[in-house]
Amino acid sequence: MEAVLFAITAVLGVAGGVGVIAARQPVHSALGLLLALLSLAVDYLLLDAQFVAVLQVIIYAGAIVVLFVFIIMLLRATGDAPRARTAVPPRAAAALGAVLAAALLAAALTVRTEPGGVGADYGTVEQVGRALFGPYALPFEAASIVLVVGMIGAVALGKRAQAIAVAPARAAPGVRAQDAPASRLAAGGAGEPEG
Amino acid sequence: MSVPAPLYLSLSAVLFALGTVGVLVRRSALIVFMSVELMLNAVNLTFVTFARLRGGVDGQVLVFFVLVVAAAEVVIGLAIIVNIFRARETVDVDDVDLLRG
Repeated sequence: MEAVLFAITAVLGVAGGVGVIAARQPVHSALGLLLALLSLAVDYLLLDAQFVAVLQVIIYAGAIVVLFVFIIMLLRATGDAPRARTAVPPRAAAALGAVLAAALLAAALTVRTEPGGVGADYGTVEQVGRALFGPYALPFEAASIVLVVGMIGAVALGKRAQAIAVAPARAAPGVRAQDAPASRLAAGGAGEPEG
Repeated sequence: MSVPAPLYLSLSAVLFALGTVGVLVRRSALIVFMSVELMLNAVNLTFVTFARLRGGVDGQVLVFFVLVVAAAEVVIGLAIIVNIFRARETVDVDDVDLLRG
């Protein structure tokens, strides 16, 4: 039963991963990522990690993929533009990926440790929570600081995005977008009323 | 845990390699980002597998921290991508190479 479930999730996960890197439309890539993430959540359940599985569904599938889809919608993003030259030729990248996969697989197959038995409360919210608020209390606080910094950074970047979006319309043709806010500041400093 | 651990680790290895190829071949910054997420998830699967092998929850706690960092990273990264798009009308990583000098 577990083996069948694992086989299904492995196939779906790899299919999702291939979908991420091969899809032409960014939305399809996002859906491939969603498929891979949900398959991994099932794998976490098979590994007795209920808490991580729930986090995976809520944070990754729920929040991060939604953020990606939202940005794709906001930017009306399309796939890669056709271009003759790419930084890394796809064949070279595929060969590199194959070598990397072979090396990692060789390392993975050397693991000989047999899993021991674990109690019924292994991987529950309680057990992971006790570890988080016990030995890992300090890293936990650092993680909260990381989240706050991320929030502040997103707000600050969002504000700057508005300033940049307004600037090119007022800048003279030929003025580069990066220079526009400075020129607008100079115009304001000269005493010209805005608008 | 009737499925042997090397199988989980193999799945993780394949997903990580797929993510690497995605980072190398795709030029849309959004898809490069998704590939990075794929790689992070592959490592998370390794963490959870080894946590189960050892019978401790330390690996699962590490996955929690990876989730936190990944969430912050995605928020900041997507905000930067939106900024770049508004300034230059592109999310192609090959077009945004001003730091190359």
